[in-house]
Amino acid sequence: MEVTSNTALEEGQVWGGGNQPLNASYGKMMMWFFIVSDALTFTGFLVSYGFSRFKNINSWPIADEVFTHFPFLHGIDAPMYYVALMTFILIFSSVTMVLAVDAGHHMNKSKVTLYMLLTIIGGAIFVGSQAWEWKNFIKGEYGALETRGGQILQFVNQDTGKRAAIQEFAVGIPSERATHQSSNGIWYQSEKALPNVSVAEVTKGFIADENLVIRTQQLTEDGRKTVLSREASLAKINEAVGVVEGANLIHNEYGNRLFADFFFFITGFHGFHVFSGVVINIIIFFNVILGTYERRGHYEMVEKVGLYWHFVD
Amino acid sequence: MAEEGHKLAIFRGLVKFKSNQQKIWGVLLFLSIVTTIEVALGIIKPQILMGSFLRMKLLNWIFIILTIVKAYYIAWDFMHIRDERSGLKNSIVLPLVILIPYLAFILLLEGDYIFDVMASGFTAWNF
Repeated sequence: MEVTSNTALEEGQVWGGGNQPLNASYGKMMMWFFIVSDALTFTGFLVSYGFSRFKNINSWPIADEVFTHFPFLHGIDAPMYYVALMTFILIFSSVTMVLAVDAGHHMNKSKVTLYMLLTIIGGAIFVGSQAWEWKNFIKGEYGALETRGGQILQFVNQDTGKRAAIQEFAVGIPSERATHQSSNGIWYQSEKALPNVSVAEVTKGFIADENLVIRTQQLTEDGRKTVLSREASLAKINEAVGVVEGANLIHNEYGNRLFADFFFFITGFHGFHVFSGVVINIIIFFNVILGTYERRGHYEMVEKVGLYWHFVD
Repeated sequence: MAEEGHKLAIFRGLVKFKSNQQKIWGVLLFLSIVTTIEVALGIIKPQILMGSFLRMKLLNWIFIILTIVKAYYIAWDFMHIRDERSGLKNSIVLPLVILIPYLAFILLLEGDYIFDVMASGFTAWNF
């Protein structure tokens, strides 16, 4: 407010109390320092992701192959397009937030309301999209086998070069094996739901289909996954011990398990930030409608939330 | 308040805006262009950029640089750092500028070292 008069003050007067050092209010400054510390937290996450990636640089999953979905376009390969779209959504909701702050400076209540609403909608779209990405990631696409050492074996059609889904080529073997529930057998013990196909069924289907070969986690020199020959594949499939469909914190059909762990952890943390940002935005939105800031004489609260929101983006 | 507080020039005074709102749209345009370049590069993946520099692809270096450029304009114009006192500005920016590259440098170097140890060691990790 008193940009010019403040600079003219003597050094002793500036820190003497009653005015704002650095010309920023307490709340705004503390929001900034929170953002700095939170930025360092995220740095820690991302750098530890980078650490794990460099540690397993020759077997890390290729992101283009993991995030291939686009809403309403089933079966079409759209690598990373949706991620790019989400980035744009975030930029736009960022802009509406600045516009709301700017309108707040002009004490324009109706404009602040409109822009806050747009920001909330943008944030909600983002959180929803993220939930959708998670769903796809957890559900998986083709399925894979896992060896005892935790290596993932994926299947490729030799002729077309396309990935093969284990559900499609596995040959059914009649089996008595049912999911063990706590209501029968040993009490108070149960197991997780069994996969739809067993290792034996996948192996049988694999041997039956001459065109299938195994693709391992290892990357070749030019950054593609190693595809084994038919003979090597037949030898490799005997090492498999489990069927993996989709991804969770323990198994990951896309490759290295750490990839899934970091994916869930970092995007989960970020999604939680965006979600809380949307909630705070909604609170401020209703305060604006009720005229709280109109009576208070300034819209600084919108500015503080705005800072948080930009950071989250 | 604050109408007089905004500095309206970006690109070191190359582009000047008449009002804060115009500046916001201008910065948005710039950010969109940068993001479009990023997306286009990510889809095309020109062969010329697949070469390696400091053990990372050139393409990834370009992504990192463009992201920093975007973060700069979001912080400077959307979050109004451009208008803050230099004391506050430095106390926010300097810790991040110093600590983040430092942490990234030591941990990535360490990860690379562990990769070498595991690749050339006597224990089989791939079974």
